[in-house]
Amino acid sequence: MGAPPQPAPRGFAMPRPGAPGPEPPQPGAEGTPPPLPPDAEVDLAAQEQALRIAALLDRLDAEFVGLAPVKDRVREVAALLLVDRLRRDYGLASSRPSLHMCFTGAPGTGKTTLAARVGELLRELGYLRTGQLVSVTRDDLVGQYVGHTAPKTKEVLKRAMGGVLLIDEAYYLYRPENERDYGQEAIEILLQVMEAHREDLVVILAGYADRMDVFFRSNPGMASRIAHHIDFPDFTLDELLLIAEQMLETEQYRMTGEAREAFGEYVRLRMAQPRFANARSIRNAIDRLRLRQARRLVAAGGVIARDDLMEISAADVRASRVFRGGLGPGRDSSGE
Amino acid sequence: MRITQGTFSYLPDLTDDEIAAQIGYAQARGWAVAVEFTDDPHPRNVLWEMWGLPMFGLADPAGAMAEMHACRAACPGHYVRVTAYDASLGRQTTALSFIVGRPAEEPGFRLDRQESADRRLRYTLHPYAADRPRGNRYADGSSQQNGARAG
Repeated sequence: MGAPPQPAPRGFAMPRPGAPGPEPPQPGAEGTPPPLPPDAEVDLAAQEQALRIAALLDRLDAEFVGLAPVKDRVREVAALLLVDRLRRDYGLASSRPSLHMCFTGAPGTGKTTLAARVGELLRELGYLRTGQLVSVTRDDLVGQYVGHTAPKTKEVLKRAMGGVLLIDEAYYLYRPENERDYGQEAIEILLQVMEAHREDLVVILAGYADRMDVFFRSNPGMASRIAHHIDFPDFTLDELLLIAEQMLETEQYRMTGEAREAFGEYVRLRMAQPRFANARSIRNAIDRLRLRQARRLVAAGGVIARDDLMEISAADVRASRVFRGGLGPGRDSSGE
Repeated sequence: MRITQGTFSYLPDLTDDEIAAQIGYAQARGWAVAVEFTDDPHPRNVLWEMWGLPMFGLADPAGAMAEMHACRAACPGHYVRVTAYDASLGRQTTALSFIVGRPAEEPGFRLDRQESADRRLRYTLHPYAADRPRGNRYADGSSQQNGARAG
């Protein structure tokens, strides 16, 4: 297939000189080079450099606080993909590893956030072609009447080809209490595609650990097709403070020294209280800090400067209910 | 007689890899790929049967390729083509269309001459296969998979 000579961006018109259209993406059709001789040597570090693996992993480190076991697994996968590529260069057998994953962990530990990054990561490592993320829940896979589920699930799978299919709260697919639930059908199609199109897409199941265990017990086929079970640990106090720091920075706020102290205390107290959801609770706390800061500024009136708009004071933090015994049981956490 | 229609019609049949590359090209341009089939390949028959809906929003050729393989398997003795629809304003038309599957045997067309008033002649093309009812117009052989480039 010869490349079309500079097609206009739209329409069948002749290309005009001086106004070239965007460079069309070239469909890859390069031939495979002959295998390296058996006595050849390859510089592993140079290869790693060329693939920018180290840079990728560093960025992952910088973006995600904590999560050591998760990062270890990503590092292993990156190494495997590199070694596999070298083996292929030597003409050794190399099969594409199955990279379907299961993320389990408490609420707010970054399961969904990381899943969104995995596609991008695997694309840059050369495992996936497009690396787009298709995030679905039970609603998107399971139909409402007989014969509705299969096309629906297949449609979603087709959209996810070349990238990552993230099934959030995957255990809802299986409803043991209802024998005629269509979720089972979706699971069967999913399993079939996970096996047949192993090189085309990566399926990630995310959810809470205990329910996921029940799900896997009743769907042994699913458990065995997922090679990587990754457990997201809870964040420690220091990690949570670091996360808060990052969140404030991206929103262009900052805390005074006293406010920082108060916030440390706040997080320690909040962790001991019920329904603590790790980073999500921190996010909510920061949103409420912004509310209180805004109220303080408006109430004070007068002239304000740019710094006032950015600064969160200790009083803003101390006003939280968490310092006054916190939430009673059964209360919604919206007014902490 | 080998029927030639659409893009690449004078090239040898595309292999699966080449088809995937073309679909990838269309998708990178934001065109929606669809699979169509027919056993009435008259040149004026532009509306072929649709194999499912056009696949909007796909990012990777694998999904469309799977549909194409399914269509070939389900419709032996049919012509199968891939079309790419460009929905952008000002275009809104098929931007690319090529045959990806054809019956093993193609008997071709006959030229009919019809006498009309004043010794005028009207000409029309008639596919030999169209004499038989739909569904068994071509030898029930499996549609020749592109890529098996039999000489």
